[in-house]
Amino acid sequence: MGRLLLRRLVATIPVLLLVTAGVFALIHLTPGDPIDAMMAESVDDTVKRELRRDLGLDRPLYLQYATWMGRLLQGDLGRSIRNREPVIENVGRRIKPSLQLAGLAMGIALLVATPIGILSAARRNSAVDRVGTSFALFGICMPNFLIALILIFVFGVKLRWLPISGYVDPLEEPLDGLRSLTLPAITLGLALAAVITRTLRSSMLEALSEDYIRTARAKGLSDGAVVRRHALKNALIPVVTVIGLQLGTLIGGAVITEYVFALPGVGRLVVDAVFARDYPLVQGVVLLIAVGFILSNLVVDLLYGWIDPRIRHR
Amino acid sequence: MAGSTRGSGIAEPARWGTLRRAAAARLAPFGAAVLLLAVLGAVFAPVVSPHDPLKQDLDRALARPGRAHLLGTDNVGRDVLSRVIWGTRVSLVAGFGSVAIAMVAGGLLGLLAGYAGGRVDGLVMRLMDAVLSFPPLVLALALGAVLGAGLTGVVIALGVVYTPTFARLMRGQVLTITAREYVDAARALGAPGWRIAWAHVLPNATAPIVVQASLSVAFAILAEASLSFLGLGIQPPAASWGSMINAGRGYLQQAPWIVFGPGAALFVTVVGLNFVGDAVRDALDPRLRV
Repeated sequence: MGRLLLRRLVATIPVLLLVTAGVFALIHLTPGDPIDAMMAESVDDTVKRELRRDLGLDRPLYLQYATWMGRLLQGDLGRSIRNREPVIENVGRRIKPSLQLAGLAMGIALLVATPIGILSAARRNSAVDRVGTSFALFGICMPNFLIALILIFVFGVKLRWLPISGYVDPLEEPLDGLRSLTLPAITLGLALAAVITRTLRSSMLEALSEDYIRTARAKGLSDGAVVRRHALKNALIPVVTVIGLQLGTLIGGAVITEYVFALPGVGRLVVDAVFARDYPLVQGVVLLIAVGFILSNLVVDLLYGWIDPRIRHR
Repeated sequence: MAGSTRGSGIAEPARWGTLRRAAAARLAPFGAAVLLLAVLGAVFAPVVSPHDPLKQDLDRALARPGRAHLLGTDNVGRDVLSRVIWGTRVSLVAGFGSVAIAMVAGGLLGLLAGYAGGRVDGLVMRLMDAVLSFPPLVLALALGAVLGAGLTGVVIALGVVYTPTFARLMRGQVLTITAREYVDAARALGAPGWRIAWAHVLPNATAPIVVQASLSVAFAILAEASLSFLGLGIQPPAASWGSMINAGRGYLQQAPWIVFGPGAALFVTVVGLNFVGDAVRDALDPRLRV
């Protein structure tokens, strides 16, 4: 396990370097002068000059990158040009709602997908299976924002059961907090549930066709016991992989969900920074998200090695 | 060629056989009909849309769906159906355009990496890993931000996002194919490297690329709609499904049709394209069937 961790960590280094280079290059991809893009035309030239010097844009490119990397290694991700606060503080304020949303969505996804996936596979080609596969297709083809608007329309506008925007911290006010996160978490969870259902169904079908299942059946075990004790454990391995692969979709989905429900999370911060043309903030947040994404994938890889010993020894 | 690739699982079957298999897939005819309808709608939008998609008529703002306006009107009295039809253009251009960019760029990079090997391979693939290290929508948003709002920026941004998938796929194919005997034979006959890559490797590596492309278009359309929804795609007053849905969400109570008209068009198109993609996959590469 230690060797696997080391190997994966070493492989991550060049990718991380390229990611930083890519994020650094972002500001230079702007057509025209990035300072003009960030500031309104009416802004005084002295202010523009100051910002240019602040961001180091008046120096050669390699020096800019070296300085930026040097600061990065000291944990300085730059400052927002709008509120002048460090990127890390901007993100720090927004991370809690995002993590709560992602955690709840993942919980809902697993709660919905596990029974549907198992039942679909165990009763292949039955009505239950058809409902299950239709649900998976629906969730995969339906964009997050449309699911969000349908939920808002039904539960917020028509039935008036749940709030349609805003955020209350569930750690401070549990009931109102959960109510404020319910619709966003269902929105984000449904798409994830669809992918997990599809994977679980196909990996269960594969597991159920194995010889050891026939042996278990021949021993006289009931269908339920065969599924629970023999098939499910093996079928869960690809599900862990797919959850890892879906992290990117989860983050992207969180951006949209936070935007629709006006949740003050990191996703909303990205959108706001993009539209405010606050490039240093965009760079900082995108870099943090990418690093978080790489590290989560690393954890999933290791988890995979832990669940399936065959991976460890490869 | 069919004989030469036997056993690789990517053998190119007779053209009619492929088409027959694609059509035999259960839901493929529905998917094909949707795609055909979307293409016709996009091409003939000026002819088939009942009203001018940009013409405002404040007297008829938020009109319910009826005979005059089949899908109702929006908050400034524009005909929703006409805007949905014109929006098809944006969706299809974004979907097919970005996947075409990704297919060509990723295909060439994968061919280069797989065929050159060594340091070139290492560099290209680490670059692709770096692109994959960004959550797709976040990368598209960041690229869209610097390239500027508009369809071109979105198509390029999505093209970049999807490139690594094609590069990885192509590289894998190239590595498998270059180990085959007919490539050795071509080498022994003294064929130059570019010729082997062009005439022997590329044609045999295309089937999985086509399968991936057909499956990616639906997701590219969804991604474009998401970016337009956030305000990064084609700019108002031009119509795109994502931006129409975003504009309509403020009127969800009085006029839900502003949201659900383009929403239904988006959903049906993506479902249809998924069916077509599945059918293409089943026909070209039955091993990938889930």
